[in-house]
Amino acid sequence: MEILVCVKRVPDTAENEIEVNSDGTDIERDDLVYSVNEWDNYAVEEAIQIRDNVGGSVTVVAVGDEESEEVVRREMAMGADNGILVSDDAFEGSDGKGVATLLKAVVEKGQYDLILTGAQADEGAGQVGGMLAAMLGRPYASLVNKIEVVDDKKLKVGREIEGGNQEMSEIDLPCILSIQTGINEPRYVGIRGIRKVASVEIPVMGTGDLNVDAAAVGTAGAKVKRLDYFVPDLGDGAEMLEGSTDEIIEKLIEILKAKGGLK
Amino acid sequence: MAEQVFAYITHKNGVADDSALELVAAAKSAFPDAAVTALVTGAGAALDKLCDQIAASYTEVWKFDNQALDYPNAEVIGPMLAGLLPGKAVVLLPHDTFGMDLGPGLSIKLDAAFVADAVGFEGLEATALKVVRQEYGGAVSTHVLCDLTNGAVINVRPGAFQPDESKAAGGQVVDKSGELGDLGAGRRYLETVAAEVGDVDITKEDVLVSIGRGIEDEDNIEIADDLAKAMGAVVSCSRPIVDAKWLEKSRQVGTSGQTVKPKVYLACGISGSFQHMGGLKGNPFIIAINKNPKAPIFQLADVGIVADILEFMPELTEKVEAL
Repeated sequence: MEILVCVKRVPDTAENEIEVNSDGTDIERDDLVYSVNEWDNYAVEEAIQIRDNVGGSVTVVAVGDEESEEVVRREMAMGADNGILVSDDAFEGSDGKGVATLLKAVVEKGQYDLILTGAQADEGAGQVGGMLAAMLGRPYASLVNKIEVVDDKKLKVGREIEGGNQEMSEIDLPCILSIQTGINEPRYVGIRGIRKVASVEIPVMGTGDLNVDAAAVGTAGAKVKRLDYFVPDLGDGAEMLEGSTDEIIEKLIEILKAKGGLK
Repeated sequence: MAEQVFAYITHKNGVADDSALELVAAAKSAFPDAAVTALVTGAGAALDKLCDQIAASYTEVWKFDNQALDYPNAEVIGPMLAGLLPGKAVVLLPHDTFGMDLGPGLSIKLDAAFVADAVGFEGLEATALKVVRQEYGGAVSTHVLCDLTNGAVINVRPGAFQPDESKAAGGQVVDKSGELGDLGAGRRYLETVAAEVGDVDITKEDVLVSIGRGIEDEDNIEIADDLAKAMGAVVSCSRPIVDAKWLEKSRQVGTSGQTVKPKVYLACGISGSFQHMGGLKGNPFIIAINKNPKAPIFQLADVGIVADILEFMPELTEKVEAL
C-alpha cells in the first residue's frame, strides 16, 4: 500500500508555556521548542505498521517554512521511506483550505492508496484531512483509532465518538483518514535513527513544482484570516491559595472538609 | 445582507442533543436578523415527533427521512446537503465528533469558508463575520475574520452558548425526503462498539482525584493512588494518561471518555482543555493544582494552587492521613 502522511511542525505544548506576545499579533515565539504535531506522530507510526504488514511505502509531507524539514527528517528516522517539503514564500498565510489545496497538488503527483493526517494540530481546527478528501472526491473518516486492512480495495476503520464508544465502518480505498492519539504507541526515535537519515536529500516543492492556482493559496486565497491573539477575560477564575505549602494544605483540607471531599 | 442560516440538529434515540438549542443562541448571536432553518436527518416515526419539537425553536425545519440516514454518516449527509442547500448558505454544526467529520468537507463541496470550534461571535463587518476561537488547547484565544461572500460552514463548540429555551419560533416542518438523490457512499457504517467497562465506575463517585500530563511518569501514578486512598476518593485522568496506556480508558474524563458528576473534582496536573472539561457535569467543586500559573484550568476552577503535583500530592496525602 502506498501511504502518504501529512505532518506539521508546531510549538511543543508539553515543552512551552504558550503566551500572547506584547502586541497581540502572534504567540511569543522566542525560545519556543518545536516538534512534530503529536497527532501526526501517531499517523506516521500507523502508516509504518501498515506498510510492514502488507508492503508498500510511506511518504511524509510537510507544508511549512524551511525549518519544517527537521520534522520530515524525524519521521523518516521513525521509518518513513520518503519525505517531501512543500515550501514557498507564496504559500505563507494559507488557511486550512489553502494547505489542503497544496496537499492535493502533492497527491496528484503520486499514486497514493491511503492518506493520513493527524486529527488536529496546534490551531485545534481538525480541518485539512476532510477538506483534502472533498477536493479529491475520495471517502474520509475523522478521529480514527483503529485500522484493519481488509483487502486492497477497502479498510475497516474505527472512529472515536462520544463517551469512549467506537464507530466501526467499512471504507473504500483510496481514502483519507485523520488519526486520533492512542491508536498505537509511536516508536522512540534515537540518535542513531536520526543519524541514519541525516544526509538524505528531502525534495522541496514550490510554486514551480506544483499545479496550484496561486489565488487559492497564501494570504490572498484565505477565506478565514486571523486578526489577533488575546487572553480572554473569563471573570474571576479560581480563588488562588497562597502561602507556604503547609499553609496551603491546611486551607485546602478545610475546603475539602466543607465540600465533602474527604470521607 | 441577509444570510440564509441553517443549523444541523444532532439527536440520538429520538432526543435532540443539547447543541440543538445552543445553536439557536449561536445563530442569534452571529446573525440577529436571520430566520434559521434546522436540518434534521434520520429515519422512522420518532423523527416526526423530534421535528415537531425542534420547530418550536426554529423558523423552519427541513426533515430528511430515509433508512440510509438512520445512522448519521457524514459521508452520506455531506454530499446530500451540498446538493440541497442554496448558494451562499451559512451552516452551523456542533463541533462534536459528527460535526468534525462533516464540516471541513462540506465547506469544500459548497465552496464556502470553514471555521472550526467557534466559541463566540463578535459581529458582522460588511461580508465577514468576526469569530472567537482558541488555539493550543485553550492557552490563547484568537479573533478570526470569516469571509461570508460565498457562505460558510461554522462548527460551534458544545457548551459555548447557553441553550435558547424560549421555544417561541412556532416554525413549520418541511419534508425534504423526496429530494435526497443518491445516498450511497464510500464509507459504510457497520456498528458501534461500546466503551469497555473498567474495574471502577468513575461516573458514580463523589470525589475524584484526577491526573493529567503533570504526573509525568507511569511510576508516579501511585502518588495519586495514595492520595485518593487517603481521601476516600477514586483516581480518574485526562486523555494523555490513557494514550500512554498508564490507566484504562474507563478512567478517562472528557467528551471522548466518561461524563462524571462528582461533588469534588481535584484536577492534578491537568491543563483543562474543553474536551476534558466537557466531561464534567453537575457543577462540581473544582480544585486545580498545576505548576503553570497560566494553565487554562485556573479560569474554570473554584480553587487553584500553583504547585508541582509530584511534590504537593505526597505532602497532602501525609496531612490527610494524619487527620
